Amino acid sequence: MSLQTRDTLHEGLAMRGGSPRVLLTGALLLLAVLAPYALYPVFLMKVLCFALFACAFNLLIGFAGLLSFGHAAFFGGAAYVAAHVVKEWGWAPEAGLLAATAAAGAMGLVFGLLAIRRQGIYFAMITLALSQMIFFLALQLPFTHGEDGIQAVPRGHLFGLFDLSQPLTMYYTVLAIFLGGFALIWRAVHSPFGQVLKAIRENEPRAVSLGYRTERYKLLAFVLSASLAGLAGGTKALVFQLASLTDVTWQMSGEVVLMTLLGGMGTLLGPVVGAALVVTLESYLASTSLPVPVVIGAIFVVCVLLFRRGIVGELLHRLPGTGRPRADRPRTGS
Amino acid sequence: MSQLLGIPPQALFGQLLLGLINGSFYALLSLGLAVIFGMLNVVNMAHGALYMVGAFVAWLLLTYAGVGYWGALVLAPLAVGLVGLALERTLLRRLYKVDHLYGLLLTFGLALIFEGAFRHHYGVSGQPYPIPDLLKGGTNLGFMYLPTYRGWVVAASLLVCLGTWFAIERTKLGAYLRAATENPTLVQAFGINVPVMVSLTYGFGVALAGLAGVLAAPIYQVSPMMGSNLIIVVFAVVVIGGMGSILGAIVTGLGLGLLEGLTKVFYPEASNIVVFVIMAVVLMVKPAGLFGRER
Amino acid sequence: MPDGMRKTTAGTGTAMLDITDLHGFYGESHVLHGVNIDVRQGEVVTLLGRNGAGKTSTMRAIMGIMGKRTGSIRFQGHELIGMAPHRIPRLGIGYVPEERGIFSSLSVDENLALPPVVKEGGMTVPQIHALFPNLKGRGATQGTRLSGGEQQMLAIGRILRTGAGLILLDEPTEGLAPVIIEQIGVAVRALKQRGFTILLVEQNFRFAATIADRHYVMEEGHVVDMIPNDQLHANMDKLHTYLGV
Repeated sequence: MSLQTRDTLHEGLAMRGGSPRVLLTGALLLLAVLAPYALYPVFLMKVLCFALFACAFNLLIGFAGLLSFGHAAFFGGAAYVAAHVVKEWGWAPEAGLLAATAAAGAMGLVFGLLAIRRQGIYFAMITLALSQMIFFLALQLPFTHGEDGIQAVPRGHLFGLFDLSQPLTMYYTVLAIFLGGFALIWRAVHSPFGQVLKAIRENEPRAVSLGYRTERYKLLAFVLSASLAGLAGGTKALVFQLASLTDVTWQMSGEVVLMTLLGGMGTLLGPVVGAALVVTLESYLASTSLPVPVVIGAIFVVCVLLFRRGIVGELLHRLPGTGRPRADRPRTGS
Repeated sequence: MSQLLGIPPQALFGQLLLGLINGSFYALLSLGLAVIFGMLNVVNMAHGALYMVGAFVAWLLLTYAGVGYWGALVLAPLAVGLVGLALERTLLRRLYKVDHLYGLLLTFGLALIFEGAFRHHYGVSGQPYPIPDLLKGGTNLGFMYLPTYRGWVVAASLLVCLGTWFAIERTKLGAYLRAATENPTLVQAFGINVPVMVSLTYGFGVALAGLAGVLAAPIYQVSPMMGSNLIIVVFAVVVIGGMGSILGAIVTGLGLGLLEGLTKVFYPEASNIVVFVIMAVVLMVKPAGLFGRER
Repeated sequence: MPDGMRKTTAGTGTAMLDITDLHGFYGESHVLHGVNIDVRQGEVVTLLGRNGAGKTSTMRAIMGIMGKRTGSIRFQGHELIGMAPHRIPRLGIGYVPEERGIFSSLSVDENLALPPVVKEGGMTVPQIHALFPNLKGRGATQGTRLSGGEQQMLAIGRILRTGAGLILLDEPTEGLAPVIIEQIGVAVRALKQRGFTILLVEQNFRFAATIADRHYVMEEGHVVDMIPNDQLHANMDKLHTYLGV
């Protein structure tokens, strides 16, 4: 059972293998390099952190058909780890990020081992419940400092060389981290491993009967996704010099679902677009009197009812020659 | 006998009572979730928000219309049930032909809207709701003091749970419900209006949540986020019990409430997470849940 | 309840069910391509054909439980296409699905009592027990714990309670032992004698020959032939070709 998604091999960037794709990639990169001269670096870094988070989440939902409703545990949990080792133990930022990624990966292994025992909505509920456990731990454990969170985390010097307290240096570091993560996901999706994931998404029993040990693939995808979500969370802790409860709430898990859904599940660029939109919207709403959750919830409802392909998915669907129209998959067994 | 395992019995039984009360809410909420899930295949993420709406309707009735607890006990679940009917008819219905996960996402969005809107209007702080006169006071049972209202909550929840169980397992209407849960198409082909049954089921399921909200109002304060974290625990309860059985949902709910109470006595730090730990253990031992059937 | 009229030849009597140019779809796939069938009051009519010929789909189209339908299905003057699915059985059509459709969460008694009574004159539970003695005394048993044959009897029995005059029987003998098939045959003949009109889907052509008045042969979503039962022997070769036996 999986959400309706697009076949990225052919449609992910729409222009695979052609020079237009190279052009597009180049243009986007140039845009990313120049962006901090036009927009606030902190805002851009927030977008990039959430974009990586959403891409990591999308690896599961879009390519393996697994809806994790507990990804905040990895994102926020890793943020605490990064903040703690950097602030309290004086680790270098790169070491802090590694620790955050590793911690999230380890958490992902435990969550994954439990959650892949069930499918579909149960998978979602189990990940949700486990992440809520992390929330309560974050609330109670002494090192997370409860409601205050870990504040005033020093950004430090990357590799002892680059002073991350400089906004631009921090920005390019975050951009590099994002690009690295994105490239890793791109690689994974286009590898034989990614193919097996897609086979599982389309029809798990068939994948099993073909001799694939699907649990292993699902678990590996889960750990990879969790690690990258952790990397994103750790980076966010450095950027904002803060790790707080907000990032481990289940609403945060829902937010990353929304970013991915809005941008387009199963498309590579969709989560990036979705993250940028949601972050922009939230910073805009912060200056108005409109209640953020209501707007976010309304977008959720509209997306689910009318716009299940998401923005990038819809674009690809409408672009001529990028794919055949595919009706929503009818539900199996009623 | 003044000490039990080094714990004064007053404290022990007090916590057990608290656990039983929480368990009653778990049972009422997971029962509604299970009924809805069985019929609609929707994990109703809005369940916690509608529990909160139930409590708020009671509070609003009291504050603005002078309708007291007993009136609210009838009107609030009715109002929440009607909201549920409207949601099913206008929104959820459109998703039955696509993957079930979309139902979960839709109701999550609804939960955000409800909770966000109430928080916007009423702030995060709770509104007190008085215990009705009839249920004030308490009884000294010798080994513990039993506040009347808390006893009432446990008794009323149990009664409603068992009534629901009876209605589903022992009546003709319940037979329709069970049959439609198994094979809605065939039930339709026998001349039963299944879409209407589906709407009513959702309405009834969320009305149970609304009822739990009214019962909870005098114990906890009425606040916009009162259902937000509670519902996740209820999801864990549902995973532990398995969705298959009505009685299972009730027993698991009560049992886990008690267990949480015991944890508060012996190892308070773990009381928030004990349910999740049990969920993990159950998943390792019996993935389908204690009362569930693998499917 | 019709009173024991028996028709053995085509062309006489009132058409109770009249299907004209019926097309049916499951999502994108077009499964019925212009089906024409009529069933007269009191008749037993079978739909023969290979797997996938559209027999079950025709039944589902009559009951309104398939995606899209076009054409016309008239039952006692009522047009069924466009009618809400839950109203169709209320006109007096009973459906015994393939795989029997016994509910595992219901007891035998509950299964028996489930379909609402839609017309007067349905059989009483003692009458059903007399027809299917195996069901007697099993009321509290879980429906799916019955044997396959007993489940089939239960599936037929519960429809007889409703007072429906037309019964759609989808492969009642599938997967059953010969002795049980014999029992089902006796029951179906008894129903015919009581005046029920029956549309029967059968793979077991020998079984069909013992009870039917006429046979429609379906291939690739439409009717290719109609053979009255008394001309069956003359058409054996043709039939063998159709059914590929």
